[in-house]
Amino acid sequence: MSRQSGPAEKDISTYLKKQSGKTLLRFMTCGSVDDGKSTLIGRLLYDSKMIFDDQLLALENDSKKFGTQGQNIDFALLVDGLAAEREQGITIDVAYRFFTSDIREFIVADTPGHEQYTRNMATGASTADLAVVMIDARKGVLSQTKRHSFIASLFGIKHVILAINKMDLTGYDQNTYEKIVKEYYGFAAKLGFDEIVPIPMSALIGDNILSVSENTPWYTGPTLMGYLETVKISSELFEKSFRFPVQWVNRPNSKFRGFSGIVATGSISVGDKVVILPGGKNNVVKALCGPKGDLKQAIAGEAITLCMEDDVDVSRGDVITVASNRPEVTDQYQAHVVWMHDEPMLPGRSYLVKTMNRTIEGTITDLKHKININSLENENGKVLQLNEVGLVNFNLNRPIVFEPFHTNKALGSFIIIDKFTNATVGCGMIKFGLRRADNVHMQSVDVQKETRANQKHQKAKILWFTGLSGSGKSTIANLVEKKLHAMGKHTYLLDGDNIRHGLNKDLGFTDADRVENIRRVGEVASLMVDAGLIVLAAFISPFRAERQMVREMVDEGEFIEIFVDTPLEVCEERDVKGLYKKARAGDLKNFTGIDSPYEKPETAEIHVNTVDMTADEGAEVILSNI
Amino acid sequence: MVLSCLDRLEAESIHIMREVVATCNEPVMLYSVGKDSAVMLHIALKAFSPGRIPFPLLHVDTTWKFREMIEFRDKMVRENDLDLLVHTNEEGIRKGIDPFNHSSAIYTDVMKTAALKQALDKYGFDTALGGARRDEEKSRAKERFFSFRSGKHNWDPKQQRPELWNIYNTRINKGESMRVFPLSNWTEADIWHYIYQENIPIVPLYFAAKRPVIKRDGQWIKVDDERMPIREGEEVTEKMVRFRTLGCYPLTGAIESEADTREKIIQEMLITQTSERQGRLIDRDNDASMEQKKQEGYF
Repeated sequence: MSRQSGPAEKDISTYLKKQSGKTLLRFMTCGSVDDGKSTLIGRLLYDSKMIFDDQLLALENDSKKFGTQGQNIDFALLVDGLAAEREQGITIDVAYRFFTSDIREFIVADTPGHEQYTRNMATGASTADLAVVMIDARKGVLSQTKRHSFIASLFGIKHVILAINKMDLTGYDQNTYEKIVKEYYGFAAKLGFDEIVPIPMSALIGDNILSVSENTPWYTGPTLMGYLETVKISSELFEKSFRFPVQWVNRPNSKFRGFSGIVATGSISVGDKVVILPGGKNNVVKALCGPKGDLKQAIAGEAITLCMEDDVDVSRGDVITVASNRPEVTDQYQAHVVWMHDEPMLPGRSYLVKTMNRTIEGTITDLKHKININSLENENGKVLQLNEVGLVNFNLNRPIVFEPFHTNKALGSFIIIDKFTNATVGCGMIKFGLRRADNVHMQSVDVQKETRANQKHQKAKILWFTGLSGSGKSTIANLVEKKLHAMGKHTYLLDGDNIRHGLNKDLGFTDADRVENIRRVGEVASLMVDAGLIVLAAFISPFRAERQMVREMVDEGEFIEIFVDTPLEVCEERDVKGLYKKARAGDLKNFTGIDSPYEKPETAEIHVNTVDMTADEGAEVILSNI
Repeated sequence: MVLSCLDRLEAESIHIMREVVATCNEPVMLYSVGKDSAVMLHIALKAFSPGRIPFPLLHVDTTWKFREMIEFRDKMVRENDLDLLVHTNEEGIRKGIDPFNHSSAIYTDVMKTAALKQALDKYGFDTALGGARRDEEKSRAKERFFSFRSGKHNWDPKQQRPELWNIYNTRINKGESMRVFPLSNWTEADIWHYIYQENIPIVPLYFAAKRPVIKRDGQWIKVDDERMPIREGEEVTEKMVRFRTLGCYPLTGAIESEADTREKIIQEMLITQTSERQGRLIDRDNDASMEQKKQEGYF
């Protein structure tokens, strides 16, 4: 390389000028500790003088203490970070490393290679322009090689360096190298990489890392550093159509109103015509303010504030684009999802979807199939577990402006957030919009919910009874219905008995089935509300998320959550149907309260404590509260 | 057309600060007066231009900061129309916790870590922007831009959220908080190149000058005021020194240097073979000490 030559011998102003023109390359390394990945990164840091004397001293001490290289420096110790994992000798999380050459700076996402850390690899891949796929020359293409390459391809990485490492241990055998390269090309053909650059190397010894190795005279390609320094990246962002997701409205006073964000793709100039989506209003760019002041033109990657000629309402979540080539607007799409949480992804459950500039509630309506990340075969499945990848349909509460991920990463990517814990549970890449929403218009009707309910002299609503099995839900719901009926109200009672035996007889008691069970009940109840009825629904409905989902299916005030609060011990003692006994004996799996969780309501409208009152008293409490 | 590395880093930092303002309830920027804070402040001024910075700055003052830092801080506040809050752990002062008679671990815990938690709780801040970088120390290489803290400000590696693309999950429940590091991807060299390129004002202590110092535990310590006890055998001498990092003067080592301009600092830095944190005594206790401090709530 191109080492980081100290500027001592050079003119400092020449050096500084060069610094300001340096570009940035972000890449990820995929591989296991055994492949020499940490050794490779450690060497890049070491050889580009990113290690200072005191760190070197610490490294020498560590090498003796934890190292695997005898008295020699163990480069891997430079990069294996947290204390816990250092002792275990594995890298668990994504670590970011920095080094530089004379013409480029590099950020390396150092990701672990084992299957149980697929989510970490996904994280690293999301910001990388290039992937270094590590292969142990003695082992060749393994299933992990395929997995790493698939993840890189899924996240739209176009450049791959096939680092065939440990060539020293094969005696720098050209045939071994050629065989691996051929096998890899055969496998990677379907992954859509623009360029694959195989390099025979030894990270430990330094062959073909910074300088051409004398040990591989048969190799005529670039060195690792040579390629990293020269590969062309990110200019394609500039060539695409202008897309500007509005992140924040800058309105410090009545005279200034600008829209701030990062230019996702393309470029824009003062005077250009633009359209604001999803609204679709046209406008003209009046001014562009960048970090260095006013600009005539702004390009992809710049953080700007854009002002428009006509004063229109634009807010966070909108996307400003060129009028001639617009992205799509949809509330339903199909996307690849990588699941990143211990709690599995359940179709039917409602999550938060966050795109580059907005957060919307949405439901996963369907898991089309899972993708086996080792064989790349499609597989059937009902849920996505941690580290699994699937093709999934989404239904959002509001439309978003998007482009397919392979066309525009910024407008095609999103993360999935749990509504209650706020954990990031997954991420996705939009494949295409589903047209259903456009074609199936809601039938407009003249007789409406209010007219139907008025005819019955009542207000339609759902009384949702939740509680453990045997808590008294059905008993109390029955009493409430009787009393309502006596008052001349039009009611209907939905419970396990009339739903599980018919509409939902295809569903079992797994978490995924429970979610679907409640979703269907919710849809039926919401139709009945539309018919003007008072619906009583008595279901264990153990998960907060599903009760919330039903709440959101109807208008505000129409969903009354009633927590029939009976302690587990009491339910178990009553054991009207003998189910607890069976569950305790292990004859009944996934029984709520025993081996399946019950999430108590936090803000139920009505709370009925059955220990302190009789069922009839409970029913009266409910009637007086609705 | 491709943006330069510094342009990309700057855009990323601006993006993160704007995301904080767009989505977080009670943000604050921790202002330590050092060079990283100077860069963070400079970027914040750009991010919200032509408006003012829409959050206050918080300085945790241990009362042992260099005098020149305090002067510089107050000058920046005046010149840039900033809202500055200063917090000191008064209980620590009452108990007489100082950097001479207490171990650096206890002193840091009381006057910095506890003081910071006190201030965040007092004002109800749920999002605190800080200038830490991933290249500073090994355990920070895995830190997120948005670092999640539980109700007691604790950092649990298992609770950290994956961060993909530039989509940040800024959501927290009541009582929880976030530390946000917009400079995560900057290296020390980037910071200096940017300070040079943008001509960013920094505390004069970064430039070499003749200063009264004593040699203690192998480090040059500046005698900043009369509170500094001079031990037997120690001698105050005038030396051409500068600081690579700034903190509490009794705990911050100076290096001998002739670099009295930004250019000379960069020149010296790139031929210096000693990493930045060596000047800070607190890191030396044990190898994984920074990770421990982070778990306890230090930045």
